[in-house]
Amino acid sequence: MVATTPEESGAAPAASQPRSVAKAAPSIGARVLCEALVREGVDTVFGYPGGAVIPLYDVLPEFPSIHHVLVRHEQGAGHAADGYARVTGKVGVCLATSGPGATNLVTPIATAMLDSIPMVAITGQVGQHFIGSDAFQEIDITGITLPITKHNFLVRHAADIGPTIQKAFHLAKSGRPGPVLVDIPKDVLLAASELGAAESLDLVGYKPTYTPHRRQIRLAAQEIRNAQKPLILAGHGILLSGAMDELKTLAEKAQIPVGLTLLGIGGLDQNHPLCLGMVGMHGFAHANRAIYETDVLIGVGMRFDDRVTGRVSDFAPNARVVHIDIDPAEIGKNIETTVPVVGDARQALALLNAELEELRHDEWIESIAEWRRTPPYRPHANDAVLQPQFVMERLCEATDGNAIVVTDVGQHQMWAAQYFQCNKPNNWVTSGGLGTMGFGVPAALGAALARPDDEVWAVVGDGGVQMTLFEFATLVQEQANVNVVIINNGYLGMVRQWQQLFHDRNYSETFISQPDFQMLATAYGMAARTVTSRDDVDVAIEWAREIVGPTLLNFVVEQEMNVYPMIPSGGSYGELIEKGE
Amino acid sequence: MTQRSHTLVVLVEDHPGVLNRVMSLFRQRGFNVNSVAVGHSETTGMSRMTFVIGGDDRMVEQVTKQLYKLLEVVKVTDVTGENLIQRELALVKVAATERTRADVMRLATDIYRARFVDATPDTLILEVTGPSDKIDSMLTMIRPYGIKEVARTGLVAMVRGTGNSRLTVVQDAVA
Repeated sequence: MVATTPEESGAAPAASQPRSVAKAAPSIGARVLCEALVREGVDTVFGYPGGAVIPLYDVLPEFPSIHHVLVRHEQGAGHAADGYARVTGKVGVCLATSGPGATNLVTPIATAMLDSIPMVAITGQVGQHFIGSDAFQEIDITGITLPITKHNFLVRHAADIGPTIQKAFHLAKSGRPGPVLVDIPKDVLLAASELGAAESLDLVGYKPTYTPHRRQIRLAAQEIRNAQKPLILAGHGILLSGAMDELKTLAEKAQIPVGLTLLGIGGLDQNHPLCLGMVGMHGFAHANRAIYETDVLIGVGMRFDDRVTGRVSDFAPNARVVHIDIDPAEIGKNIETTVPVVGDARQALALLNAELEELRHDEWIESIAEWRRTPPYRPHANDAVLQPQFVMERLCEATDGNAIVVTDVGQHQMWAAQYFQCNKPNNWVTSGGLGTMGFGVPAALGAALARPDDEVWAVVGDGGVQMTLFEFATLVQEQANVNVVIINNGYLGMVRQWQQLFHDRNYSETFISQPDFQMLATAYGMAARTVTSRDDVDVAIEWAREIVGPTLLNFVVEQEMNVYPMIPSGGSYGELIEKGE
Repeated sequence: MTQRSHTLVVLVEDHPGVLNRVMSLFRQRGFNVNSVAVGHSETTGMSRMTFVIGGDDRMVEQVTKQLYKLLEVVKVTDVTGENLIQRELALVKVAATERTRADVMRLATDIYRARFVDATPDTLILEVTGPSDKIDSMLTMIRPYGIKEVARTGLVAMVRGTGNSRLTVVQDAVA
């Protein structure tokens, strides 16, 4: 095997020709795969080697432009690729061997599917003559991932590797983004092959609609014109399509307040006077009340998930609904729509802005402002005990809301959403649709490697962090600039909260023991501190900020704090629980 | 909305595993399939699937939209309520003794235009084509004689005259 330096052809970066690498041995499928990845602009791959992908790892050193990150578990590779994608808008790439390597990617692939994250997962497969024989480390990963990928491929010929990778990236990032899996048998990786020229793709059954129908835009504009109390619900599609400016223009031009979904955070600056912040189960009371009162609801790049709507029959009961989404299957799926607009959020909003004249809704905006004057729940009663909300507020203050915040799933996630006022696009990374515990640490790894100059905070709970904390080792190996914050309440807090409120305080199996996180992180080679008092919070945050490389802050907080406000699952705005006893 | 039976004609690219993808989608989304028939279409590389599904109009709209999300699905047409030719084929093995054979034959041929394709001293095999309800009706009438085996193909359908579900306007719906 001959190592080569492929960077001397002098061709344009996006050259569609195969890279001319001088090599003694004839090229094989594995090399074609790497060349195809380079052609797609891949600079980072999160992976884990194994028997079926050894040929790939054999040629990987020939491609120094691809940084391979060795995770400690394939789940970490998938979530890291996800975090990488969310903070860059590029396609995240993860790599695993056949069998258990592939099945360990299932959770991150499903996470990416439910949150519309562009991802390409590459898995090794046993040699084709073994397929179907239950061979060692054989699993039907294309069958398994059928419902959790946008599309998947089993590559049977080395000549198909290049075109398949090209299709996979196109599918992952176009239309409604999503994960695409490419499964490659070992014999295909070893077969002699060369990368052909990039093809112009014509996928007969796949033509996403980017430009919305003019008539629908006119109808949508008419609905907005007729509205007394219009409201925009801005979702992840705003960020995915880069519609932040268009959203702001629409809100300002037509004077429409904007509520954000959990994944829509960053779509509009929460300091903007028209921004109401997060809606939904743990959204702000004034934002949810606005949904209850609105007469024209404009959902943009969001899918009326049950965590937003609660009981559908009581959701926005007075509203005519304009729904803008690139995926037509989302329109009318959960709630009935008055005006459907299929298209890219940015284009749709730009057309709507051109169609609309300036409007005013002073009375409506004033009434929301009035509801907002009720101060949000700030449980500072017991100063002796550290409150999780206080930690989030101080973190937001220290970083001026400018850091990348990656969360795990649970109470801390909602406190982060409520109290860390994340305002910049693509700085808020959280598992919304699947609600994947264990997401936070590896996703923060991916985010930090994608944007090494930015400050990254992984906010996790003491439960979720124990699902993937072995990735501390990867943080250290990569010297990734991640500050891990554990909101440590000794419980699986969100479940405990539900048990308290809806199951008569039957705290069945939600008390969770834990290692000494500080010692554990130190063992992995991370600088670490434990904080138990309010007075030490600011100092600890500053201490972590000054350290280059990964750190851990273990905040031991009040055990039985709840997330408020809360609309019970399947409930309506009328059942909103404003605050605790 | 009213529950009724819908007939969907789905044109798909003929890739390995495409039927699996479609059926997996129905299973995953909880759509109820009463009948499915798959075969080649007039276009090389395209298969034609005919589904009979139960549900209200809104559910059928969701089925259609979800189908379009599959890469291989090129066209979905709801032909319910169109002027249709609908056919299903069934092979029915029925017990027939010397005493009953003549009755079975008369009933099947006179009313249902069935053909006899096999006979033994104890059995007959009937071949019958037609709309599914005609086959249901024949089975009801034959049942007292003793049905031993039934093989049905599932329904295929085609719009009469110039109306069609061919691949003429492919991208009127979107992925």
